[in-house]
Amino acid sequence: MIEFLQHLGENTRTSFTKLGRGTFFLLQTISGIISVLARPRLLINQMHSIGVLSFLIITISGLFVGMVLGLQGYYTLSDFGAEEALGVMVAASLVRELGPVVTALLFAGRAGSALTAEIGLMKATEQLSGMEMMAVDPIKRIISPRFLAGFLSMPLLAALFSAIGIIGGQMIGSGLLGVDEGAYWSQMQANIDFQDDIINGVIKSIVFGFVTSWIALFEGYDAIPTSEGVSRATTRTVVNSAFSILGLDFILTTLMFGD
Amino acid sequence: MDNSVSHQNSLVSVRNLSFSRGNRKIFDNISLEIERGKITAIMGPSGTGKTTLLKLIGGQLFPEQGSITVDGKNVHQLRRSDLYNLRKRMGMLFQSGALLTDMNVFDNVAFPLREHTHLTESMIRTLVLMKLQAVGLRGARDLMPNELSGGMARRIALARAIALDPMMIMYDEPFTGQDPISKGSLVHLIKSLNNTLGLTSIMVSHDVQETAAIADYIYVISEGKIVGQGTPKEIEQSPSEWVQQFMTGAADGPVHFHYPAKDYVDDLLSTGKRY
Amino acid sequence: MQHTSTQDTLVGLFVASGIVGLFFLALQVSNLSSFVERDSYTITASFENSGGLKVKSPVSAAGVKIGQVSAINFDPKTYQSVVQMSIDSQYNTLPEDTTASVFTAGLLGEQYVNLEPGGSEEFLKNGGKIEITQSAIILEKALGQFLFKSAEEKK
Repeated sequence: MIEFLQHLGENTRTSFTKLGRGTFFLLQTISGIISVLARPRLLINQMHSIGVLSFLIITISGLFVGMVLGLQGYYTLSDFGAEEALGVMVAASLVRELGPVVTALLFAGRAGSALTAEIGLMKATEQLSGMEMMAVDPIKRIISPRFLAGFLSMPLLAALFSAIGIIGGQMIGSGLLGVDEGAYWSQMQANIDFQDDIINGVIKSIVFGFVTSWIALFEGYDAIPTSEGVSRATTRTVVNSAFSILGLDFILTTLMFGD
Repeated sequence: MDNSVSHQNSLVSVRNLSFSRGNRKIFDNISLEIERGKITAIMGPSGTGKTTLLKLIGGQLFPEQGSITVDGKNVHQLRRSDLYNLRKRMGMLFQSGALLTDMNVFDNVAFPLREHTHLTESMIRTLVLMKLQAVGLRGARDLMPNELSGGMARRIALARAIALDPMMIMYDEPFTGQDPISKGSLVHLIKSLNNTLGLTSIMVSHDVQETAAIADYIYVISEGKIVGQGTPKEIEQSPSEWVQQFMTGAADGPVHFHYPAKDYVDDLLSTGKRY
Repeated sequence: MQHTSTQDTLVGLFVASGIVGLFFLALQVSNLSSFVERDSYTITASFENSGGLKVKSPVSAAGVKIGQVSAINFDPKTYQSVVQMSIDSQYNTLPEDTTASVFTAGLLGEQYVNLEPGGSEEFLKNGGKIEITQSAIILEKALGQFLFKSAEEKK
């Protein structure tokens, strides 16, 4: 029993110190963003490896998710004779939930894990330390550009995911199953609100982008500089990102759509 | 501990330094002086924290007690920007080379120039090629770090370390894991750079022969204390058994072959812990 | 740092397509387009009961959407529901004796205001009021009446 309590206490202490280190790291990263803006080339390099290289997985997943929503929505709605509402259903699920959440989960798996591994290995091979000795702040030079790129890419990727999903749903709904195309779009436009749905969806994806990039970069920076340490940190990035994304999604949904 | 080296002419002075990692004391109240324009070697067995000493001098780690001054400035009391300015004048050669793996050799050497100066690309090109020529690898400028052998990577890292024309260079185990030819070329390089550029060099190593060949002054560290110091000749004739064991590489002596353990027979006969 | 220009192009394409996606969501998917851009004029109608009508519910004539509900208020004097509608200004030829009714699209669908033009020569203007209205059919009420009637008939 005492052993259990001791264990619990130790875990609590280590998680709190980690949270503290993480917060300090985040503050340093954010303050480094100013110097990134002075050197946009660094940002573009990272937008390329974070955003552009995630483009394909996001668009293809978006298309398939939209097509599945089209099929499933049609089967359910046609029982009530409400096939015209397919557009609303597809768009609302994508814009409010699936777009931001699935994009963030894919992002954590595709770009987040890569970021952790990259930073972790740079630490293990003394590249970060070497930079410090060359009087170059690795936070400003390495971390902040990646953070900014992740943070900017996420809403763009999520918007792409939703847009392509809606088109995919329309392809299945009116192309294959015979839902009236005009009804698909007009019902959607009548029921999807710009402020409540689109803007809230974008806010969600910005929050997820912030949190996922933070977790990925911090886990890499905080990794034990051995191959095992880096591999564990990569796993933690994916797991912790998934938990944070889903937990935050619940909180944000309650706040946004709660009334 | 008395210091035979005159303090006026020293670039780096370490005074009464203590540092520990966890419960292990890595340095226990040591003092040493690094003379300007000379090659000073710090020797000792692996795991005695020689790399830690370089990181302390570079201001990456903080001592528990004592002070380190470099060029008259107390490293650990400098403001961040002043520390960074001081670091621009210190080069460090890491054991692994620590080249940035996402850029080629040329960009690696150009990295400190691009970060810290506003030179034009053509001036940077000239400087980089000069530095690469100095280490004999001008022809390798387009290779990526993963295409380099260990010795080449270290020479590139050396070119990068001298890119900003520093006042001193710290070498972390420059000879470890090198074949005899690269060892020879590194020895030659370190010596000639030190002479031609008027550098001060601090070298951390446990390679006795190579170090003794080029060092002007040697400190031998063991278990957090300085156990011997002097010119290579003085060290060779040191009366200390410990220094003798280290320099000749005998298996047993003051440093035992066995890691501390309880009595062998008792250990075999006891039941032990089941895993 | 080579192929910088290709990289620039790709990043540019990525950012552009993300922004196109955002615009698509804003203009094609949501209702943003319906209350920006177009001019509209406002008319009101009072209903006994506006049922499940909401702000932004569509207003249509002959099945075509011509505007949307902009406000719904309860009038404490007449005890009626006052529905304010903004109508697209291109449809400015609604006669004064137009009838407004609250209908439901399908059995479970959303409620909307249906306008049925009358025969007057005078057209409704900004701030005009529709006099003839028909309230929402409340399902419970209708069912209750139906059951009550059939019970009476049996007697």
